Amino acid sequence: MSFVRVGVSDLLRRSGMMRNAASMRTTYMKRRCSTTATIPITMIPGDGVGPELMTSVKDVFRGTGIPVHFEEVHISELSSHSASLDDVINSLNNNKVCLKGPLSYPTHASEIESLNMKLRRSLDLFANVVICKSIEGIETRHPNVDIIVIREQTEGEYSALEHECVPGVVESLKIITSQRSRRIAKFAFDFALRHGRRRVTAVHKANIMKLTDGLFLECAAEMAEMYPEIEFNSMIVDNTCMQLVAHPHQFDVLLTPNLYGNVVDNVAAGLVGGAGVVPGESYGEEFAVFEPGARHVYSTATGRNIANPTGMLLSAVSCLKHVGLKTEAQRLATAIANVISERRIRTQDLGGQSTTKDFTKAIIAAFLALPSPT
Amino acid sequence: RRVHGLEHQNVAGIVESLKVVTYEKSLRIAKFAFDYAKSHGRSRVTAIHKANIMKLGDGLFLETCREVSKSYPEIEFDSMIVDNCAMQLVAHPEQFDVMLTPNLYGNVIVAMLCGLTGGPGLTPSYNLGHHYTLFETATRNSGKSLVGQNVANPIAYVRAAADLLKHLKLTEHSNLINKAIFKVIADDRVRTRDVGGTDTTQEVVNAIIFAMDKELHAIAASKSVHSTRL
Repeated sequence: MSFVRVGVSDLLRRSGMMRNAASMRTTYMKRRCSTTATIPITMIPGDGVGPELMTSVKDVFRGTGIPVHFEEVHISELSSHSASLDDVINSLNNNKVCLKGPLSYPTHASEIESLNMKLRRSLDLFANVVICKSIEGIETRHPNVDIIVIREQTEGEYSALEHECVPGVVESLKIITSQRSRRIAKFAFDFALRHGRRRVTAVHKANIMKLTDGLFLECAAEMAEMYPEIEFNSMIVDNTCMQLVAHPHQFDVLLTPNLYGNVVDNVAAGLVGGAGVVPGESYGEEFAVFEPGARHVYSTATGRNIANPTGMLLSAVSCLKHVGLKTEAQRLATAIANVISERRIRTQDLGGQSTTKDFTKAIIAAFLALPSPT
Repeated sequence: RRVHGLEHQNVAGIVESLKVVTYEKSLRIAKFAFDYAKSHGRSRVTAIHKANIMKLGDGLFLETCREVSKSYPEIEFDSMIVDNCAMQLVAHPEQFDVMLTPNLYGNVIVAMLCGLTGGPGLTPSYNLGHHYTLFETATRNSGKSLVGQNVANPIAYVRAAADLLKHLKLTEHSNLINKAIFKVIADDRVRTRDVGGTDTTQEVVNAIIFAMDKELHAIAASKSVHSTRL
C-alpha cells in the first residue's frame, strides 16, 4: 500500500482546501480492499468506437478470469434513450471507480455545456492524467518518450459561459480560480513525488493572459515551494508544443490548465503512437474515472472492427491497479507489452491489418501464456 | 478590482478572461484565407476550432468560415478540432494544405509547424492589415539567451526581408536572395547550431552574399554569351 506523505493534511488545511483533512478520501490514495468475490466497476461505453473498445475489455477480463464485473450505464448525447447523469452518479456512489469510453457531441446542441463537462463538473473530476510513454514495438520519430500531462479539467476555457451580447459578437468567459489552480498544482506535485518524477513544468500563456494564466502560474509556483525536492519551471504553451515535436525528452511532468492541457496531451499522445495507444485517468476527491488519454470517438471506424483497443486496455490496467488488483494489472500490462513488441498482430492505426477482435484474442492468449504467479 | 485588457478580477482569487469572437473579423480572415488559397494555387482550406466546447464563440468562427467557403467552390473546405489537429500534426502533417485558425490556436499550430520543419530559426511570416504589412519570424522568439554570441540563425529574418522585397514588387531581388539561401542551407550546408551545424551567424550571412555574387556573375556571363551570339 502506498500513502500520501505525512504532513500533507497540514498543507491542505493551510491552503484552505479541506474542512476536515482527516476525513480526506481522495481517490489517488489506495482504495479499501473489497471482500466481495468480484469488484464492481461502473462502465460508460460511450459513442463511436467506445462500445467496441469496451467489448474488447470485457472479453479480455472474461477470458482471463479477472475478478471484476461491470455495471454499464449508457449515457450519450447522441441517443434519445440515454441514461441520465443521475444514473451515472448513483452508480459511481456505489462503485467509486469507472471505466469510460469517448463521448461525442451532437451537431446541433441544445445546451452550451457538453456532456463530458457536465460529468466532470458533477463528479468534480478536477485532475486529468495522461501518461505518454513510448511503447516497445511502436516506431515513432522520437523514441523513449516518457511524459505525464496533468490537466485541470473543471474550469478555464471550458466554463460554458458564453453569450452573444450584440448580434455577431460573442464573448466566451475563461475562468481561473486560485482554489482550483492550487488544487491541481498540489495534485501534480504529489503525483510527481509518488511516481519518482523529478520535474514539473507549468504550461501557460501568462505573457498575454496576465491575470488568468498569471494566477495559474503563481499558484503553481507557490505550491512548488512546498516540494523542494521537485524541480519546477514554466514554459509558454506555443513554445511547449514546438519543443514537444522537436525535443520531447526535456519534459517530465507537465502541469496545465484546461485548454492547453487538451492540446498538449494530444501532441504528447501523437509522439508515442496516437489516440489508440495512450491511457488516461481522471481523479476527483471521491471518484476515479479511467478512459483513453486522447478522447476521440473515431466515428468513421464505428462498427468496422478496426479500432485499436490498446489505450482502453491500458486504462483498464490503471483501473485494476487502483482497485487493488495489482497482480492482475501487472500481468495484463505484460501481456499487452508482449503482443505489441512482437509486432505480429497490429491494428490499422499502427500500420497493420489485424482487427480489434484479433488483437483482443492475442492479448487473452498472451495473458494466459504468462507463468502463473507464485 | 484588477483590470488588464479584457481580464478582470471581481473577487479575490477568481479571474475572468474574455475571449471575443466577432462575425465581422471571422468573415475577414476567412475571406483572406480563401483568396490566398486561390491566388497561390492551394486546393484546400481547413478551419481549426473547438466548437464542441466553445459552442457560441468558435461556433461563430466555424459557421462564418463555412459561409465564406461557399463562394469558393473550387477550393475544398473542411474543419478539424484543435486537439485532433495537434495530434495529426505530429503524425501526419502532410495532410494539411491551408489552415485557417483563430488567434490562440494559430499561435500554437505555427509553433508546432516550425518545430516540425527545422525550428524557429528558419521560418518567416508576415502580418497583413489594410494599411500596413509587417514582416517578422514565424515564432517571434526573442532569443534572449543568444544575444551577442554570433550563433543565432539569420535565415528566418533574411527570408522575411526577401518576402518584404517581393511584396514591394522587387521580385528579381527577392528570388535572388531566396535562391542563395536554399543553396547555402542545402548544397553548401553552412548552418548554425539550431539546425545541426557549427557555423556562426556571420558565416551564414557571408555564405548567402557569396552565393548571390556567384549567381549574379553567372547571369551576367550568360547575358554576354547571348550578346556575342547575336
